[in-house]
Amino acid sequence: MEKNLVLAGVGGQGILSIAFVIDNAALEAGFHFKQAEVHGMSQRGGAVQSNLRYADHPIHSDLIPVGKVDMVLSVEPLEALRYAGSLSPEGWIVSSVTPYVNIPDYPPMEEVLASLTAFPHTVLVDTGAVAKAAGNLRAQNMVAVGAAAPLLDFTDEQLLKYVRKLFARKGEKIVAVNERAYRFGKAAGLFYRGLIEAGLPARDALTVSSRMDPATVEPERAADWARLASDAAALEAIAGQDGLLDCREAAVPAAG
Amino acid sequence: MAREVLLGDEAVGLGAVHAGLSGVYGYPGTPSTEIFEFVEGIAKRRGDIQATWSPNEKVAYEEALGMSWAGKRTLVTMKHVGLNVAADAFMNSAITGTNGALVLAVADDPGMHSSQNEQDSRYFAKFALIPCFEPRNQQECYDMTRDAMDLSEELGVPVMLRLVTRIAHSRAAVETTDAPREQNPLRPSKDIRKWTLLPSNARVQYRSLTEKQPAIADRAESSPYNVLELRGRRGVIACGITMNYVLENLPEDHDLSILAIGQYPVPLGLVRKLADHVDEILVVEDGYPFVEEAVRGPFGLPGVTVKGRMTGELPRTGELNPDLVRKALGLPDPPHAEVELPSLAGRPPTLCPGCPHTDTYRAMNEALEKYDRPQVFSDIGCYTLGALPPLEAIHSCVDMGASIGMAVGAAHAGYRPAVSVIGDSTFAHSGITGLLSAVNGNVPVTVVILDNDTVAMTGTQESQATAERLDRIVLGLGIDPEHFRIINPVPKEHETNVRVFAEELAHEGPSVIVARRPCIEKIKRHK
Repeated sequence: MEKNLVLAGVGGQGILSIAFVIDNAALEAGFHFKQAEVHGMSQRGGAVQSNLRYADHPIHSDLIPVGKVDMVLSVEPLEALRYAGSLSPEGWIVSSVTPYVNIPDYPPMEEVLASLTAFPHTVLVDTGAVAKAAGNLRAQNMVAVGAAAPLLDFTDEQLLKYVRKLFARKGEKIVAVNERAYRFGKAAGLFYRGLIEAGLPARDALTVSSRMDPATVEPERAADWARLASDAAALEAIAGQDGLLDCREAAVPAAG
Repeated sequence: MAREVLLGDEAVGLGAVHAGLSGVYGYPGTPSTEIFEFVEGIAKRRGDIQATWSPNEKVAYEEALGMSWAGKRTLVTMKHVGLNVAADAFMNSAITGTNGALVLAVADDPGMHSSQNEQDSRYFAKFALIPCFEPRNQQECYDMTRDAMDLSEELGVPVMLRLVTRIAHSRAAVETTDAPREQNPLRPSKDIRKWTLLPSNARVQYRSLTEKQPAIADRAESSPYNVLELRGRRGVIACGITMNYVLENLPEDHDLSILAIGQYPVPLGLVRKLADHVDEILVVEDGYPFVEEAVRGPFGLPGVTVKGRMTGELPRTGELNPDLVRKALGLPDPPHAEVELPSLAGRPPTLCPGCPHTDTYRAMNEALEKYDRPQVFSDIGCYTLGALPPLEAIHSCVDMGASIGMAVGAAHAGYRPAVSVIGDSTFAHSGITGLLSAVNGNVPVTVVILDNDTVAMTGTQESQATAERLDRIVLGLGIDPEHFRIINPVPKEHETNVRVFAEELAHEGPSVIVARRPCIEKIKRHK
């Protein structure tokens, strides 16, 4: 077993915190691991990435060869695309769709989403909305960890132990927010996958999952929602909804 | 044995502590900073290790040499270009030799992730005639540091540990000893002639250093870090971390003969054995073609084709990675995701929102408009990012302190206005002497010191000269108090600040403007 991850985002989004959680979970699970990161000049609001590898055998290179990346895990959609060319043919993109716009030439969001949903294996989550629902916009990175968790090789407890350790110093409240961010992120990711597995195209799955109130998401409801959203008019009604929907009530919202 | 998750840098720091370290010295510089900071953290808890940042690498090295003179074990850390600053102390410390162990951990930056060049420190080790270790992984960072300490004390010479960015800033589990070594007692060197490099003594010392060379070479030949495995007639020499890139691409039952090098001088005996066994050798090394040139020699190695960075199999410049090495080994690319991607907008680093430098640059740019936007000399730090759009406020970045020296030279040549922009810590590091020169010659330069109260770029370390101390230094150098101005770089002071710039730009003599406001990142971190 060998798993190679590229963690991505913008400087300040907490990429190294994601690395801390997965590194330590990997160590505790008895895996070998290596994790290369970027410090210094490039951190200041620029593109940041980290190569994280774990395996049940010793790992040679700190850098992952092109084509050997199993997952791009990104807290920012444009940054996910930056490393997508290194994915293996079976590789996953687990990414936020919440843009971090600090450059003048950020591409139109619809183009970014079209590029992302063109990949065969994606888990896309509106980490901004989910983190806000969990209690703090800064917890987007832990939302991303939660979304990725089902594709990794750890129990929730193994990961959450280090989420708690990471934020312990900042007090109980922040710890609780980040634990919630992880759980909401995991549910949102599984729900999105469930929609796709039930036959909904990725772009539509993103539309539906983005309308859900993160606190109410139950992945096992995905098939119901997929069935509902396969009808064009119903999908349009869901997309046009102003507020968030309660995932537990799979029903087309009333117009307006 | 304990297992700890450590950056390569941190493993060096912990190795030094476990080898009986009494003092760590250094100046912050990516990718070396975390070595010092890791030891500093331990020192704060224990209280028996000296750990204070020095004003620059030369001072750091000299302080380390003093601790070695006193018989204790010391580590001095810096980035590759920092060794240029420390070079005088470094070269001569090889001549004096050491008493307590002195290990220099220097971090090179192949690919220039955060540096102005990618010079290869192994040349410095060869130049100074001292041993050099180059770790391949985090475990070796830890082990080699301890070995380097022992070797330094045994041979009486400083020992270099050469890191590259990719090992410095990569994390893995490291097995550490349960039985750290005790510190040395205070036992100052009594050998006055060894330390007093008058020509008559220096000749003796230099001869003594040359006489140590066979022992230094023998240690490399028999080093457990230099491993030769003979298989087929195609050979590879892989230095330090690049051995991982080679192995990443090979099956267990490959037929290459491989020499892995982790300790220098280049083990020529092992190279000879490899050369006698193979028809060709591919030399893989991060940095300059140091080993490649040594192996090929000026006229080639008879009977063996030597390949590497000089012959195009590997790129001449930049950081290596498993993909470049795979190509050089002639192996096919693995399949990868085939999806058409648009060309992506870049996301370069920027000054943080609310950064004081932005306000300083806006005021300076406006004041300079009436001069038809002259070139502004600048220096190394966060403020170098002011070179990029939208500010485009500065037009040079060469070495620590160069902004002042270059502005003085340009002013000598008749250039007006000659403006220098430098940070508080960079000024303390290497700007003071430049300003002294400007004062002594009454040179018309405007020196702008961006005092944000920290070494921001490397992670908000303590600045060596900020606030009143900085003011006293500037005035003490002889700047006319009338042309020593302090501004508050905030948007609401913009008009005032533009006026101050305009007045000092018009002055036909040296003037200093201090733009004083703390780094917002520092305020955040130390809250």
